[in-house]
Amino acid sequence: MIRKFLYFVILLAFSFFIYAVISAYFPFGENTLTGVAKYYVDNGVKDLGGINIITSIVTVYRGFDTLGEVTVLFLSVTALAFTLLGFKVERRTLPNPTLIMETGGRYLAPLIMLLGAYIFLHGHLTPGGGFPGGVIIATAFLLLFVTQKVYKLRKIHLTVTEALAGSLYVIVGLVGLYYVRSFLGNFLQTGKPGYIVSAGIIPIIYLLIGFKVGSELTAVLKNLKEGGDEH
Amino acid sequence: MNIESLIFYGVPIYLIFMGVLVVLTTKNLFKMLLGLSLMNSGINVLIVALGYVRGGTTPIFSEYPKIYEKVVDPVPPALVLTAIVIGLAFLGLGLSIVIRIKEKYGTVNVEKLKELKW
Repeated sequence: MIRKFLYFVILLAFSFFIYAVISAYFPFGENTLTGVAKYYVDNGVKDLGGINIITSIVTVYRGFDTLGEVTVLFLSVTALAFTLLGFKVERRTLPNPTLIMETGGRYLAPLIMLLGAYIFLHGHLTPGGGFPGGVIIATAFLLLFVTQKVYKLRKIHLTVTEALAGSLYVIVGLVGLYYVRSFLGNFLQTGKPGYIVSAGIIPIIYLLIGFKVGSELTAVLKNLKEGGDEH
Repeated sequence: MNIESLIFYGVPIYLIFMGVLVVLTTKNLFKMLLGLSLMNSGINVLIVALGYVRGGTTPIFSEYPKIYEKVVDPVPPALVLTAIVIGLAFLGLGLSIVIRIKEKYGTVNVEKLKELKW
């Protein structure tokens, strides 16, 4: 008990210290755009044609970083599948889904997937992009897993989608390396800013990231529900 | 100490504080994971709050030829966008390890896990 109280006091003092330091060095709202952020805001639309600057940064300016993050995600999902390999899920006595749940889930899931696709296709125009879109698609599969009495999703479909999207991502990067001498550089025309077919390779990369994240998170859900890899 | 700074820096630091406190005081592995996840959210919110510019809009030029004068810093949201998904993957991996520990030892209490080997 005394130990917990000590933890509390020390942490409280430490967080007050952090708060004081942060608000002394970076007063809230007072900073101005400098350096690389200023360059992105001033020239982002001219350079790439995407009106969403955050998307331009994620996919092109810091594209290599994003490739690394996608790799971390892939590694984590693979480790999860290995950890749960051969794990037997007990047949818990879940109540059978009612007719309303089953029908509702079946009709709602495609609409949720459509929303996810919309979000990652409009990544260069509106807030969102490949990562949120992929997560939304995975929630549609979660709905199906929960509400359907019999729902079989074959592992091979997920694996093929994931591998195809991941390797196409690297290939797009290599094509950029060949044509514009920069890995993941923009080798297409930028088009007219604000239209759906614009912004060069940004929609292509976000399409691939959306598929990759969606299939990986669906594989996580499938592994946690059914256990292991052998299905 | 103004109120804005207290809300937008204080709340994420409070989240991080609660996360560390949960990790230090609980003995349940599952709750520890929740604490780590809480820390993750707090750090994400803090990074986004650091990039705020007063009176700025989001860096999305929806009416393109017109450029907004003040926009918030676009780099922190770009970093956080990917970090959120990584946090989700980390949580999934941690949960799978907790499931395995529960299967092998029948408990998720760290004090009852006597043998520290798999």
